[in-house]
Amino acid sequence: MKSIDTKYKYGFATDIDSFKFNIGLSEDTILQISKIKEEPPWLLDFRLKAYQHFKTLTPPHWANLKIPPINLDEIYYYSAPKSFNEKKSLDEVDPELLRTFAKLGIPLEEQKRLSSVAIDAVFDSVSLGTTHEDELSKLGIIFCSISKAIKEYPDLVKKYLSSVVPHTDNYYAALNSAVFTDGSFAYIPKGVKCPMDLSTYFRINEGKTGQFERTLIIAEAGSLVNYLEGCTAPQRDENQLHAAVVELIAMENAEINYSTVQNWYAGTHQGVGGIYNFVTKRGKCLGVNSKISWTQVEAGSAITWKYPSCLLIGENSQGAFYSVALTNGHMQADTGTKMIHIGKNTKSTIIAKGICADQSSNTYRGLVKILPNAHHARNYSQCDSMLVGEKSKANTFPYIEVNNHSATIEHEASTSKINEDQLFYLESRGIDREKCISMIINGFCKDVFKKLPLEFAAEASRLLEIKLENSVG
Amino acid sequence: MLKINNLHVMVDDKLILKGIDLEINQGEIHAIMGPNGSGKSTLAKVLAGHPKYQITEGSIEFFDGQEYINLAELEIHERAKSGIFLGFQYPTEIPGISNLGFLRESVNNVWKAQGKKLLGKDDFIDFLHPIMDILEMKELFLDRSINEGFSGGEKKKNEILQLMILDPKLAILDETDSGLDIDALKVVAEGINRFKRPFNSTILITHYQRLLDHIIPDFIHVLGDGKIIRSGTKDLALELELKGYNWTGVGK
Repeated sequence: MKSIDTKYKYGFATDIDSFKFNIGLSEDTILQISKIKEEPPWLLDFRLKAYQHFKTLTPPHWANLKIPPINLDEIYYYSAPKSFNEKKSLDEVDPELLRTFAKLGIPLEEQKRLSSVAIDAVFDSVSLGTTHEDELSKLGIIFCSISKAIKEYPDLVKKYLSSVVPHTDNYYAALNSAVFTDGSFAYIPKGVKCPMDLSTYFRINEGKTGQFERTLIIAEAGSLVNYLEGCTAPQRDENQLHAAVVELIAMENAEINYSTVQNWYAGTHQGVGGIYNFVTKRGKCLGVNSKISWTQVEAGSAITWKYPSCLLIGENSQGAFYSVALTNGHMQADTGTKMIHIGKNTKSTIIAKGICADQSSNTYRGLVKILPNAHHARNYSQCDSMLVGEKSKANTFPYIEVNNHSATIEHEASTSKINEDQLFYLESRGIDREKCISMIINGFCKDVFKKLPLEFAAEASRLLEIKLENSVG
Repeated sequence: MLKINNLHVMVDDKLILKGIDLEINQGEIHAIMGPNGSGKSTLAKVLAGHPKYQITEGSIEFFDGQEYINLAELEIHERAKSGIFLGFQYPTEIPGISNLGFLRESVNNVWKAQGKKLLGKDDFIDFLHPIMDILEMKELFLDRSINEGFSGGEKKKNEILQLMILDPKLAILDETDSGLDIDALKVVAEGINRFKRPFNSTILITHYQRLLDHIIPDFIHVLGDGKIIRSGTKDLALELELKGYNWTGVGK
């Protein structure tokens, strides 16, 4: 069997001089981060408070994952290209970095940019810049790195940062709150439908570097935004940590659609190296009729621990989670969602598809919780797993807590092996076996793929095809 | 076209075919009849290459246009490309894949292997329309997932649509008449009759005489307990209809 890493076309590293802090985690690391980013005192206080809390915590072990001990003192918490200077515009960025992003399929040069997508390019610990910033600002939309937002829109950031995911939320959220370096900030003013998709591309480049992403998106009353994120990293023999916190806030009648195609380096087929993707993502449907949807295609990372969730507070608010999680080789994923129904007539939809190949382990874990005041709340959940190969393991842990008898909850779940009759039917029509499998898997994921923007859906479908190429006998 | 010699086939450690000899020439239609469990569907599946069906003895030779080849050496998709088509008794439902996308993928793969020029999406739809008209199939068929939610008749029409667009050298039609009402049966028979030309051959597997009212076979073979126990012309079917399979000595 060929090793999967030869198939990972984003596995190259950019050879560039980087400026790094001393390795390891201490209060001093946090002081340095805050200093280099010229942060206001309140933010430093927030970081230090989070760090003090973090020191009281131990890593969570409840997930269905085998996580080797992570030595936090062997991680660089800040790494940026030496040429980096946040005052430079994207066009002045080191051409080597522009070439890197171009190679990843993300053209940043002015003349080559996509007209329909604004991009924030995050490289290790810093955002290199954001496209279409001026154009969007004419509509009052703010789209920039969180570092820039902290300086230029401190009131907004102060008001909403950690309002959805408090620093006390969990071990990795506390760590992130202490040491986060960059990520994106988006603010859509009242009544504005964002005319283009906003997107962030996360790239880890330096060895031994941890990436601590912080993203905050606020949609004011009656606004709409579609946000996309992508991520990749070089192949390395060591494991690297990406611990993100993403917070979304939707006011009255606002809608946020957040899509991810996660393709972090997953390690070799034998299980060496790969990214640990430990992420806390949560959205607050604060306003009446607000909507938040999470769509994710999780196809990379050695270990994924991720539960994009919705707090449905506003009356009639709606949350959705559409997920495809593919694991192969020795990958492990424990992913799902939490839908917390707080307001009346709130509604949530969960569609989760797990595809599990080789010796990998793939777990769906979801919580639907109906609080006492959530009259007439409704949830529909569908969790399907497909096993490819004999040694893979799929699990489903749906938790349902209902504290209001007027709620309607529907849950469907299935686990199946890839269907031999379907394969025989397709193959008997002249289609080779690998293509048949990819067709069946794509069909299996269709309900999720159709929620993605068109070009993302095509990319996701190709990604699964490449990932499964060597996994099927 | 096809030479089957002393074919023995095992499924799940059970011997089902116990020495079949059959030769089919270009342009011929052979009907294979017999009671349930006599091995009819096994013969169909082993010709198409189903992995569960193991040949333990004997051989299948197929004329691919240049020479006779040993069919057992070909992968399932290679058999389709060399001109073998199996019309399924129970066509499988496959959610999430549009019928149109599937038909095009199939035709592109088969035609490409046969050196034919491929059609763009619009031209392909134009190519399908007259055939769908013959089969009285509505446009909607193309957008639905493969066989998903199709009625029995619609599934069988979808099989005949594939037969007509792939235009194989050898069609093996497994109980294509089952689950059809009279009108659908006529339409399906019309499709099969249009497929029949001097250079391609058909194996019609059927339990009943009624399909043979519409399609006249050149030969009829009666299968019993994994062997051909009688062969004849179309009169044999009538005799069977009158006397039942018991008369051949293999009935229940």
